[in-house]
Amino acid sequence: MSAATTSSGASNPRRPQGMFGGGGPGAVGMGLPPEKPRNFKATLRRLGRRLRPERWIISVVLILGITSVFFAVIGPKLLGNATNIIFEGIVGKQLPANMTQAQAEAYLRANGQSQQADLLSGMTVTPGAGVDFTALGQVIALVAVVYLLSSIFSWAQNYLMAGVTQRVMFRLREEVDVKLGRLPLKYFDTHARGDVLSRVTNDIDNISTTLQQTLTQMITSVLTVIGVLTMMLLISPLLAIISLLTVPLSFAVTMFIAKRSQREFVGQWKWTGRLNGHVEEMYSGHELVKVFGHQEQAMADFAEANDKMYESSFKAQFISGIIQPAMAFIANINYVLIAVIGGLWVANGTMSLGDVQAFIQYSRQFTMPITQIASITNLLQSGLASAERVFELLDEPEQVPETATPQILDLRRGHITFEDVSFRYEPDKPLIDDLTLDVRPGESIAIVGPTGAGKTTLVNLLMRFYEIDGGRITFDGIDIRDLTRDNLRRSFGMVLQDTWLFKGTIRENIAYGAIDPSEAQIIQAATAAHVDRLVRTLPDGYDTILGTDAANISTGEQQLLTIARAFLADPAVLILDEATSSVDTRTEVLIQKAMAELRKGRTSFVIAHRLSTIRDADTILVMDSGNIIETGTHDELIAAGGFYYNLYNSQFLASFDEDADIPVG
Amino acid sequence: MIQLLRRFLRPYGRALIVIVLLLFLQAVGNLYLPTLNADIINNGVVTGNIRNIIVTGAIMLAVTLLLGICSIIAVYFSARTAMQFGRDVRASMFTKVQSFSLHEVNEFGTPSLITRNTNDVQQVQMLVLMGLTMMVLAPLTAIGGIFLAVRLNLQLSALLLIIIPLMAIVIGSLMVKAVPLFRSMQVKIDRINEVLRENLAGIRVIRAFVRTQHEEARFEVANDDLTDTSLRVARLFALMLPALMLIMNASSVAIVWFGGHLINNGDMQIGDLTAFLQYIVQILFAVMMAVMMFVMVPRAAASAERIQQILETNPSIADTASADLDTDSETARTGPGTGRIEFRDVEFRYPGAQDPVLERISFTLEPGQTTAIVGGTGSGKTTLVNLIPRLYDVSDGSILLDGIDLRDQRQAQVWQEMALVPQKSFLFSGTVRSNILFGDADASDEQIWDALRVAQAEPFVTKLADQLDSTVDQGGANLSGGQRQRLSIARALVRRAPILILDDSFSALDYATDARLRSALARESRNRTVVIVAQRVSSILDADKIIVLDEGLIVGIGTHSELMDTCPTYQEIVNSQLSADGAA
Repeated sequence: MSAATTSSGASNPRRPQGMFGGGGPGAVGMGLPPEKPRNFKATLRRLGRRLRPERWIISVVLILGITSVFFAVIGPKLLGNATNIIFEGIVGKQLPANMTQAQAEAYLRANGQSQQADLLSGMTVTPGAGVDFTALGQVIALVAVVYLLSSIFSWAQNYLMAGVTQRVMFRLREEVDVKLGRLPLKYFDTHARGDVLSRVTNDIDNISTTLQQTLTQMITSVLTVIGVLTMMLLISPLLAIISLLTVPLSFAVTMFIAKRSQREFVGQWKWTGRLNGHVEEMYSGHELVKVFGHQEQAMADFAEANDKMYESSFKAQFISGIIQPAMAFIANINYVLIAVIGGLWVANGTMSLGDVQAFIQYSRQFTMPITQIASITNLLQSGLASAERVFELLDEPEQVPETATPQILDLRRGHITFEDVSFRYEPDKPLIDDLTLDVRPGESIAIVGPTGAGKTTLVNLLMRFYEIDGGRITFDGIDIRDLTRDNLRRSFGMVLQDTWLFKGTIRENIAYGAIDPSEAQIIQAATAAHVDRLVRTLPDGYDTILGTDAANISTGEQQLLTIARAFLADPAVLILDEATSSVDTRTEVLIQKAMAELRKGRTSFVIAHRLSTIRDADTILVMDSGNIIETGTHDELIAAGGFYYNLYNSQFLASFDEDADIPVG
Repeated sequence: MIQLLRRFLRPYGRALIVIVLLLFLQAVGNLYLPTLNADIINNGVVTGNIRNIIVTGAIMLAVTLLLGICSIIAVYFSARTAMQFGRDVRASMFTKVQSFSLHEVNEFGTPSLITRNTNDVQQVQMLVLMGLTMMVLAPLTAIGGIFLAVRLNLQLSALLLIIIPLMAIVIGSLMVKAVPLFRSMQVKIDRINEVLRENLAGIRVIRAFVRTQHEEARFEVANDDLTDTSLRVARLFALMLPALMLIMNASSVAIVWFGGHLINNGDMQIGDLTAFLQYIVQILFAVMMAVMMFVMVPRAAASAERIQQILETNPSIADTASADLDTDSETARTGPGTGRIEFRDVEFRYPGAQDPVLERISFTLEPGQTTAIVGGTGSGKTTLVNLIPRLYDVSDGSILLDGIDLRDQRQAQVWQEMALVPQKSFLFSGTVRSNILFGDADASDEQIWDALRVAQAEPFVTKLADQLDSTVDQGGANLSGGQRQRLSIARALVRRAPILILDDSFSALDYATDARLRSALARESRNRTVVIVAQRVSSILDADKIIVLDEGLIVGIGTHSELMDTCPTYQEIVNSQLSADGAA
């Protein structure tokens, strides 16, 4: 039968994920080799442990499943009995009423109708009587009840399981999110963002799909196969074996075809990737393509990749598309064999018609769960691989817990000291050793030096993004480890080179660091950052929603927004990390003026490359290889004629070596 | 969506007919098997005619074989046609987007364009594939099945009048409820993933601003929402299969019951009962398939609409009919132009924006001169420079190239005159050579090295292991910002175009390299029109003309010394930089 059934009703048709994680161009169809978990059993056990809170419901589900399958499996047999009653009735009608069955048989044989006699011998007939409707009615009623119960239990099973799955996933997602909040920054700096993202999104989605589809189906399918097989064997061992043969045959055919199609699918993936990459590049560099007159070439390249993609995807679809007709063919052959052999046996009395009918139904009921088990196993593998990755994340060490008895900073004057501080990211790469520094409230400190000199590290340590290895840092006299991180960080206002703006209105983004600011305050901060006018040239003004990459405004404008945000947060200590390098110097001057206002009475750390910024600082820290090699005011350092003096004269902006520029973000 | 299908499937009309024919045969074959089975029972088993059983069995085998062949051929044609469809749509879209101006590209957004050309086409293609298989087969099977059932026994077929609509209603109503829920669930998954993505990207800022709890709360809301919707979807789907199985089984029960009566009265044969049962199964499965398939249509329809939007959009900047005049015309230029660009009272504003980005801009760029444009962020510099190659059209006023309005010229010809180095240096995946050849496909290696030399890129390219053949990753990610800029400049230089536009192209270079590059450039560009947009005043001190922009207006034109005397904005800019003390 070529009826193609979808997998169980609890299926969750997902949007196909492409191999570019994170929802890239979705590619369809099978053929992508499933990921395999490294430690199947351990991960399975751990995933199973997450189901423990639901174990009572799961037991109920199991019972429901067993009963449901039981009913579903005996149904066809009972229905077959009903058919037998009918058959026996009409055969009986044809016979004279005054004979017994045995007499009728003998009579037939004597008349040379041995075939009919054989047929009769396999049945229980009351000669002369028609269909026994009482008996029929009883059987039919029983069948109806059995099927009804089967469906109800099946529904109940799915219904309850849905709740289980969702609750488990809810808890898992929550746990992961909380974990993210507790992981030290070191984790995020050392792991590719794409990978972390993939774990918390793709992998979790995958686990969800797996749970939903495998839990119920696995049990149901296995039980169904066992049940159906048993019934088939009970009715006729020989026919059962014939039907069983179709399993390895189907398997072999599927494997054979799948292997052939695999090659084509790999090709399809490759060309899809190529084509999509080409499209992405041509669209991203659209103006270049136009102005450089490259359009024809772009289209030629496109056509080539497009054609190749067509060829491989066509072949892939075709070859894999043969599987279904092939399966149907095998099933049909099976059907023909049952019909013919069954027919012959009914004719010579070895089997009842009803049993043949039931058998046909059973062989259909048999193939479906087997294919389901195969696909579930694949899904399970993939799901466990994802679970492994998520568990890895959950096992990561968390940041140092807050001290049990924190002190509190309230009068934030902004007196910061570093006392013999040592730190390194990696044990064998020395960075900061025995750093001692005293920053008095209201001072502005400029930190200069080549890349990797330890400038951002200083910030990392101040904000307790990383823990120091030795020495201590104090804020208003209190060791910062004796403060809660939140308390410490609220005293700082940061503006980073890497702007972070989220998908919300401009207004919301500016207000991020403050607690319930008024509209007037927001506009005031925006004006101070010289971004007010720019916002007003946008069609939606302050209500403009920034894209996830804030792509609809320029980098310079993005930075101004983050500066406005810092203004509004009104912190005790300002940290400016190369903040103004994407803004032209003229605007920067205006910002500097406003910032000088802001800085009045506030300590500020400025990591900058613009010497204009540095020139106005109270103290300049010149760093190299983690050490402060010079300190002083601009004039003092120029007079000293050392490292700073050389730096200043070459008017460097990014680095010394022209070929070692800082990569643009 | 119908338009899309009709347009792109029309060339494959013949294949479509073949497919329908084959599927018809397939449906017939599938339905014929139970008929033959009934035959075995009626004329073989009951009558004791063994030969009949064997012969009919052989016929069944033949039908099975034929069935198999037909279905495989059908798969061949449907796979081919569907993929051809996809290929054609993709190609049309790409060609269309190539013709777009920056207006259209910005209107849709580059990511959206990419998605439409990839994902959306995929969706529709899959629908076509399904349509050419299931969506034709299912109705054919259902109709054929009903026909045979009626032919077999009219009275029993009356049951179908109840069963089929019941089936359709049950699935239909479930689907109608499920699909919007399902789509909503997808949206919520996207939402959660977006929140996570943002959190990862801004982890420092979140912790610095002490917003971790706020973000966790935001996540929890999204999580609750998603779980709630997912649960509803799952519970709805939980109902579906049991309900369908129940209908199917109940139908079988009813058929046996009523069939029994009919057989007893001699209105029907016993074999027909078996056949009828199998027809029902096939019909109901077909109806189920059909309804489910049709539910997938809205999603593909949404994709199809997005595709149609692109195909129906006409570029706002296109060569007008008058621009296609042959070269004999008076107004057309002959040979390579001289490279003079004039802005006359130009105004530009983005559609729907409150304020214009540029107003009353008038100036002339002469060949052989280097003109610099300076101004603060948002003063309109890049926009102005984008108007020169007509990447946007002016809202008011006009821009003339060699005396002829840009809009009256063929775009391709205009571009031949120009070489652009945009603000964000963008390289294509390939090699260093392929990137430079982008500027001029016929350049020799010697010419490439010349360009690299002027652009101060020769030193680092020589140091690369494969030199010109070194790989460049997508976007130029394996090179530093300064290296990318220099390659972009070399790419423009190799073109030897009369007009060279450099938009803030020296920003990633240190002062020394900047200076060397400019002097090399000056030597190269004696007859060229050069336009430089710059942040650093030291880059432009020697420009023949400097245009100072402030908030979309020109506030000064002149040489450096003139502007130092007359233009306060310019003075501010210069004073903020450090050239006062050091040498340029």
